[in-house]
Amino acid sequence: MIIFENVTKMYDGNIGIENVTVKIDKGDFVFLVGPSGAGKSTFVKLILKEVDGDKGRIRVNGMDVTGISNRQIPRLRRSIGIVFQDFRLLPNKTVEENVAFAMEILHISSRTIRRNVPQVLGLMGISSKSKKYPHELSAGEQQRVAIARAVINNPTVLIADEPTGNLDPDTAWEIMQLLEQINRRGTTILMVTHAKDIVDRMGKRVIAIDKGKIVRDDRDGSYGYESEEAYSFRCKPGGVFDNNVY
Amino acid sequence: MFIRGIGNAVKLAFVQIVRNRAMSFASLFSITAMLLVLGLFFILIVNVNMVTESAKKQFDTIQIYLAEETDRTDAQRMIQSLSGTKGVAKAWYLSKEEAMDEYRQKWGDKSYLLDGFQENPLPNSIRVKITDLELADSVVEAAKKLEGIEDIKYYRTAVDKLLAVTGYIKTGALAVIISLIAVSVVVVANTIKLTVLARAREISIMKYVGAGNWFIRGPFLVEGILIGLFSSVVSVLLVGLIYHKLAELFGNDILLIFSVVMVPESFLAANLLRIFMALGVSIGAFGSIISMRRFLDT
Ligand SMILES: Nc1ncnc2c1ncn2[C@@H]1O[C@H](COP(=O)(O)OP(=O)(O)OP(=O)(O)O)[C@@H](O)[C@H]1O
Ligand SMILES: [Mg+2]
Repeated sequence: MIIFENVTKMYDGNIGIENVTVKIDKGDFVFLVGPSGAGKSTFVKLILKEVDGDKGRIRVNGMDVTGISNRQIPRLRRSIGIVFQDFRLLPNKTVEENVAFAMEILHISSRTIRRNVPQVLGLMGISSKSKKYPHELSAGEQQRVAIARAVINNPTVLIADEPTGNLDPDTAWEIMQLLEQINRRGTTILMVTHAKDIVDRMGKRVIAIDKGKIVRDDRDGSYGYESEEAYSFRCKPGGVFDNNVY
Repeated sequence: MFIRGIGNAVKLAFVQIVRNRAMSFASLFSITAMLLVLGLFFILIVNVNMVTESAKKQFDTIQIYLAEETDRTDAQRMIQSLSGTKGVAKAWYLSKEEAMDEYRQKWGDKSYLLDGFQENPLPNSIRVKITDLELADSVVEAAKKLEGIEDIKYYRTAVDKLLAVTGYIKTGALAVIISLIAVSVVVVANTIKLTVLARAREISIMKYVGAGNWFIRGPFLVEGILIGLFSSVVSVLLVGLIYHKLAELFGNDILLIFSVVMVPESFLAANLLRIFMALGVSIGAFGSIISMRRFLDT
């Protein structure tokens, strides 16, 4: 469960997010969309306490994020699974070691680790890669490892910042199905994305943010209405958006 | 849980050392090189100390050569009178035969050189052990007044010179050791900083996953300690080898002339290993903690 109450974050003069109030319930699947620089990553960083807000209150999984000390950050992050566009796997560790690492920091017994890691790798469909290093995997496979690591400790919330940004449409769609499956088991999912087709196809809650403010919050939403200007630009033959990825 | 944490850190550290071979080797090399030079200077100091000590011991004795006609009873009377003099610890009689035996013992397997003498050339003598080098002159003065002596041998100036020279050597070597430690701490800290820098991304990822500071620091710390420990063993072996070669080269012949022996290798090895292990471990540990500090602030 994630609650923002009148949260503002400025970067010396620049608006990160401004006076945002929003509530994401347990079990929700939420897309966070908006143009570049809108404040989506800032929203995520505030949840992880990677940056501190200037005003307002943030609660995550019952923890008062605005109030906790730096020493308690590890505890906060252990209750949240995180997936990034660039995977962020440990390059010197094999697939299974990367996933096991998330359990080791919780001092879970090696017997439990040996039992759970193959299970999760199986769920993600990458059992055969367990002894490989990240650089030996395709982008899609690396993202599956990252998701395996994010969910191995059964976090209440899974946050994904453009998890499909580096993937081709088919692989992206496979990753989405994994996320949907994880959501069905009760994990709250917050996914930042620019992928219009994915958002439209999933039909989940969509929070649109622009210039630091929430401009739309739809259940069963779509990526959003386009301005006439943007529409004509997108459909111009040979234009940047002249395909259906977005 | 704490024990398991340590076990985990040791396991990870071993894996990291092997996987980051190049960096581990760089750290190992710089710590070993520094300890090696340090060790050689340390040995120099210990030996110089040994020389001065044995010189002091040797030269705290005054030898009074007796004239041919002085007999044992005269000698006994002289001893009695000397014993009452201030600064005399002990005085005793040494016959020419005993003196010869002493030489034979000192020269060991080269004592056949003494066989060339037809007749014992050494005089009978009285040995006087003095309590304090400072009082030596007054004892010598008192001895000169005795009847029936031929010569008095005392190496006061030699001792003074030797003490001065060894004093310079010790101060010099100490200065080198201190500046060397300063330089090497910088070198080692930088080497480890490079390692950590190369792994800054790794550390940031660990933090995202929720690893606490000590969980991240642990393996680096143990890694530093292991590298330091390994360096100390390697450098002690190298120092030992070099010292052994040196001893082979000089030990028996040249130093015999000065009647001093080099410090035994086994004594040095045991002490060096202990000192170096402590030094290597602390350099490794402090190096890794210092160089990681700025990555773990948040
Ligand atoms: N560390 C920073 N220092 C200064 N300004 C920053 C910093 N991080 C973000 N900003 C500014 O805050 C605003 C919001 O940035 P944010 O990264 O949240 O955007 P975003 O929605 O994630 O964009 P994108 O879709 O391109 O990833 C932008 O104007 C950005 O320039
Ligand atoms: Mg962003």
